[in-house]
Parts: sequence; structure tokens; C-alpha cells
Amino acid sequence: MGFLNSYIYYIGAFGLILVGLYIILVKHNLIKVIIGLGILDTGVNLFLISVGYITKGTAPIFSRPGIDSERMVDPVPQALVLTAIVIGVAVLALALSLAIRLYQHYGTLNLRKIREQKW
Amino acid sequence: MRRIISILLLVIVALGISLSLAKIPFGTPKTKVGRYYINKGIKETGAANIVTSVVVNYRGFDTLGEVTVLFIAAIGLGAVLTASGREKMRKTEPASMVLYTGCRLLFPLIIIFGTYIFIHGHLTPGGGFQGGAIIASGFLLIYLGCRERRISRLASNLAESLGGLLFVVIGLFGLVSGGYFLSNFLPKGTANELFSAGIIPIIYIAIGFKVGSELTGIIDNLIEES
Repeated sequence: MGFLNSYIYYIGAFGLILVGLYIILVKHNLIKVIIGLGILDTGVNLFLISVGYITKGTAPIFSRPGIDSERMVDPVPQALVLTAIVIGVAVLALALSLAIRLYQHYGTLNLRKIREQKW
Repeated sequence: MRRIISILLLVIVALGISLSLAKIPFGTPKTKVGRYYINKGIKETGAANIVTSVVVNYRGFDTLGEVTVLFIAAIGLGAVLTASGREKMRKTEPASMVLYTGCRLLFPLIIIFGTYIFIHGHLTPGGGFQGGAIIASGFLLIYLGCRERRISRLASNLAESLGGLLFVVIGLFGLVSGGYFLSNFLPKGTANELFSAGIIPIIYIAIGFKVGSELTGIIDNLIEES
């Protein structure tokens, strides 16, 4: 149990990353591949946040005087993930728009059937 | 066959990850720079929210780059979708009165909440990126609920451009008066007050406008295509 308690966030984050990778590698439907990309993105964000976590930590905000700064979690990964989430949304939207174009051009979203697509 | 190869690949990746992570303990402080920001951040930047002081002050240039990435993604989406002429809008059924009134009632509240989030970014959890996302969700509600309503493309583009311009101009002012790009040249005031932390709230307001109008533009493009 001790192992599970101390690594549960890493396991969850990399579970999400592996699920996303599996979807990207195996699925033929372009929409499903994009969903896999989103899951992968979430996993990476969760991993970065859990690296910065400190046991029984609090948010790095001095909301009242005399707050204990020793137990504050690392602010750097939080700052990185904050922007990464918004950029992830924009990249997902860009991927979806490309999928729309592909569908209009080839009439299918199946990657096997789209010509010039080798795998 | 491809499935088996993929699973084998994933097993190799998982093994590599677990081997490399086994030595990294969970829940202990790891970086020295994070500790430095927590100890010195409130004195050096005047922002009570250390994450905000990292995003806008210590790594402000980095944030400018990330805003640019968002901008390019939005531009690329618009270019991809409008490349081959847009066909006629499909006829949509008008929304029922309950839905229409509910959306119009909720919309100003969502906008006020988003504005609160990005104005108080240096005091409470939140900031320009989150507030912008909330504002875009308000516009998404309008697009879905009151279907024939559209925002003005000009106003959206103006908000986006002015937000980006304000960010760069404040950075250049810092270069002139403080000696380096994005230096905090305004008085810092006392922490935990609304008017404190120098340029941080101004930059976060600019980012809020920019992110909100960019995400709204993305929603606008995608809905017109559907």
C-alpha cells in the first residue's frame, strides 16, 4: 500500500499518457486519434503538477499574513501547466479544423482509406 | 499485427518510464528555483499569488511566447477553415424561449465572473488565461443557445490586437525605464491589495482580453463550419 500511496499520481498520469499513445497508434478514425491526443495532453499536465507536489502541501498564494511558506507546493510546474492547458485547447481546435478539411477533401475520416497516408 | 506492435512499444515505454521514475520520490521539494520564488517572490514582485508572479514577472518573456503560440494556432485555424470558400449557412431551428432567455440571463454573469478572475489574478487563483477561457465559454453559450446571434468580427479582432499590443508596449516601457524587457517599472504597493504588484494586473488584463477573443474566434470559426 505504501508504494501505491506514494506513486499513485505518477501511475495515473502515465496511465493516461499510455492510453493516449495507444489510441494514437492503433485507431484509424481521425477523430479518435485527436481524442487520444487530448488524453495524452491531460496526462502530461497531470504528471507535471504531481512532480511539483509536496506532501500535505498548500497552494503557493499568500492569501493571509502568517501563512506557512514551507508547505507551499512548487509554483513553477503550475505556471507551466497553466499556459499549456490553454495552448492544448488551441492545438486541439487546429487539429479538428484540419480534420474537417480532410473530410471535405477525401469524404472519409478513416486514415487507412485516405491516400498518401502510409500507415 | 499493428496492435501487437503497438502494445509491445507501449510496454517498452512504460518500462522505461517506471525505471526512470522509481528514483524520483513523490511529495518532496525538488527544485531550488521554486523555493526561491516562494521565499522572495512577494518582496520582489508584490503579487500575493506566486504562480502569477512566475507567469507574468519572472517568466514574462516565456508567457509572451506562449501567447504567440496561441495566436498562431488561432490564425492557422482561421486560415485552414476559410481557405476554400465558405458555403451557405445551414438553416437552424430557432431556440425555444426558455433556452434563449436563460442564455441571455447567464451571459453577463459569466462575463463578469471571467473579468473578476483575470483582474484578481495576482491575489487569488486565476489570471488572464483562465479568465479568458471563462469569457469564451460565455460566448460559446450564446452561440449554442441563441443560434442566430453572432459577435462582431471587428470587435473581436480589435480586442485581440490591442491585448497583444498592450503586452508588448508594456514590455518595451520596462526596457526603456528599467533596463530590461518586461521589468516591473510601476510601484509595487502592499501585497494583497487590488492595486499592487505594478505591471502584473495590467498584463493579465491584456492577456485576458487576448485569450478570450482568440478562443471566441476559434469557436466562431468552428461553429460556422459545422
